[in-house]
Amino acid sequence: MTRPIPSAALAAALMALAGGAWAQEVELIYLVDNSPDTVAVAEALAAAYMEQHPEVSIEVEQRPGGAEGDNLIKTRLATGEMADVFLYNAGSLFQALNPTETLEPLDDLPNMAGVLDGFKEVVTGTDGRVYGVPARAAMGGGIFYNVPIYEELGLEVPTTWEQFAANNEAIKAAGYVPVAQTYGETWTSQLFVLADYFNVQAEVPDFADRYTANEAKYADTPAAMRGFEHLQEGFEKGWWNEDFGAATFDDGLRMVAEGEAAHYPMLTFGLGGIQQNYPESINDVGFFAQPGPEGAPNGLTVWYLDGIYVPKGGENTEVAKDFANFAASQDACQVILDTIGATGPLLIEGCELPADVPRLVQDMLPYFEEGRTAPALEFLSPIKGPALEQITVEVGSGIRSAAEAAALYDQDVQKQAQQLGLEGW
Amino acid sequence: MTERRARRSPYPTWFFLPAAVVYGALFIVPTLASFWFSLTRWNLFEAEFIGLGNFRQFFREPFLVQGVVNTLIYGTLTSGLKTVLGLALAVLLTGRIWFRGTLRTLVFFPVLVSTIGVGFAFEAMMHPTRGVINVALEGIGIDGPHWLTNPSLALVSVALVDVWKGVGLATVIFMAGLVSIPQDYYEAARIDGATRWQQFRRVTVPLVRPATITVVTLSLISGLRYFELIWAMTGGGPGFSSDVIASVIYKQYQAGFYGLATAGNVILFGLIACIVLPLTWWFNRREVEL
Repeated sequence: MTRPIPSAALAAALMALAGGAWAQEVELIYLVDNSPDTVAVAEALAAAYMEQHPEVSIEVEQRPGGAEGDNLIKTRLATGEMADVFLYNAGSLFQALNPTETLEPLDDLPNMAGVLDGFKEVVTGTDGRVYGVPARAAMGGGIFYNVPIYEELGLEVPTTWEQFAANNEAIKAAGYVPVAQTYGETWTSQLFVLADYFNVQAEVPDFADRYTANEAKYADTPAAMRGFEHLQEGFEKGWWNEDFGAATFDDGLRMVAEGEAAHYPMLTFGLGGIQQNYPESINDVGFFAQPGPEGAPNGLTVWYLDGIYVPKGGENTEVAKDFANFAASQDACQVILDTIGATGPLLIEGCELPADVPRLVQDMLPYFEEGRTAPALEFLSPIKGPALEQITVEVGSGIRSAAEAAALYDQDVQKQAQQLGLEGW
Repeated sequence: MTERRARRSPYPTWFFLPAAVVYGALFIVPTLASFWFSLTRWNLFEAEFIGLGNFRQFFREPFLVQGVVNTLIYGTLTSGLKTVLGLALAVLLTGRIWFRGTLRTLVFFPVLVSTIGVGFAFEAMMHPTRGVINVALEGIGIDGPHWLTNPSLALVSVALVDVWKGVGLATVIFMAGLVSIPQDYYEAARIDGATRWQQFRRVTVPLVRPATITVVTLSLISGLRYFELIWAMTGGGPGFSSDVIASVIYKQYQAGFYGLATAGNVILFGLIACIVLPLTWWFNRREVEL
């Protein structure tokens, strides 16, 4: 025990009394994606849990991220080969797992009461039960920027796209790469589209509902199409780095941390990678929300990060649920803070951020404090087309125009909606 | 009576049973099941019958047309290059040259290496700015192309790596074909005053035909359904520019569109059958005519 936490200790004691099943040694497999900070947190959580429960040993198993990982998770769930407990996205990807049939409901966990409602909503199945506990802090999708470049050129943080474009021209003239793009890992290409959702809903408040009901399309909603147009503009104006087609996520973080590039559109969880690989540059990286059109409100698109889930029909379900319960405790929250630091607002009540958070998180907090946030579309609608990352690579590489790309994405979305069996498609 | 007994196999019929069970359970049953699932919207838990909806959807897939074209380009390009280079190498390696054994090993070696490993290694070597190929080209003053990230070059780059990796097998098949040609023909040709080229054109090429048929058929089938190397090197990208039918199908599985993906496999099965069956029939007919 690191610190005495009454509820967790009580729960553990109750479990120990009730659980004849786990008097002997139990081996748990915890499946997580292979991004460095996820693995670091998973290992630390497992170690902390094993310290409290010497009879349990937890092995952290890694899987690829992105579409490859989606495939693996779905196949393993469908074939009954899933690990005892696993980490996976919340929101639409969680819904695609068919949670009411494949996952254990977790709403009766003692620590569930302390989980923030905003997170519970995005891991709730169609039957109204909660199936996951938060694995990490919330994150924002927006633009990382290199503070020394901004200071050297006397630039200001942009709140409109026009200002952002003007900054990019100044940066280009000074010989830096204005915007890093990293299509070697295709998922990173989606940011300009997905992180624009605050601006979309500011202009079309009912977009998510009408989109889910097959009434609104990307191609015929100018506000929604703007994300694709931004990518086209960036390619045409030569804002990208030379090796954008092959560069990787880590290359992108390096470029913006070490001042090769001024901007990198990314989710704030990239902070973990910077901390691990470029720790000396951690306070050179700032963050702002993706700028919208002139005169519109300026705010941040928010992602609720992965949840921890327990599959139905596992051999060690009770122990796995107890581990999930531990992951929702303030103890676990502290472990996360100790391992990767504060990456954003935490989703467990009473878990406070330390005073000396990195610059990037500081830049993110005002949006939350002032209520200038909106969830990303994938948390408001179950439909996300699987080919978006290829389509955004095409637009960002000059292969397809924004208008054609939006129309193509609408077709991709239709397939997903039909597969999910939604009304009206 | 005696005549009938003579035609019968010396083994009892039930000897074939184990093989039939394995073949039936692992091949025939899944194949028939896939025809059924291709007609459903299937999420691995339940399948809803939707008729030919998946086939309609698959043919509407905007990347599919490109996928089919790319598959044909890839299949012909790799098959053609493997045949031509394989024959040339086989002629070289059956001739009297130094280090023949070592060279034979070198040519065959890539066949033994893991495809995914080859894919990742070449992906690193073909990196546009840091890859060994472009760094070397820069050293001699050439600005190397973006091998895998230029949409019009990506598929060709992968095909070249595939040829490098697969030509060893074609070479071995051709070598077997070449050594089985009796030397008498060459001797007769030389007495008639045939040049080296005439010997190759008039003796080697016609008599090595059975090997050619094997190489063309095998490499065409594998080229048409090829997947691993493309997936490891480009993932079908940039965008959809190096997608082939197999990678389009894989992405539908990945997205959880199991019925649609199965329909894609049925289409691929049909396409390969439509190309390879007439081809082998044509080859065999020509062989009889000779």
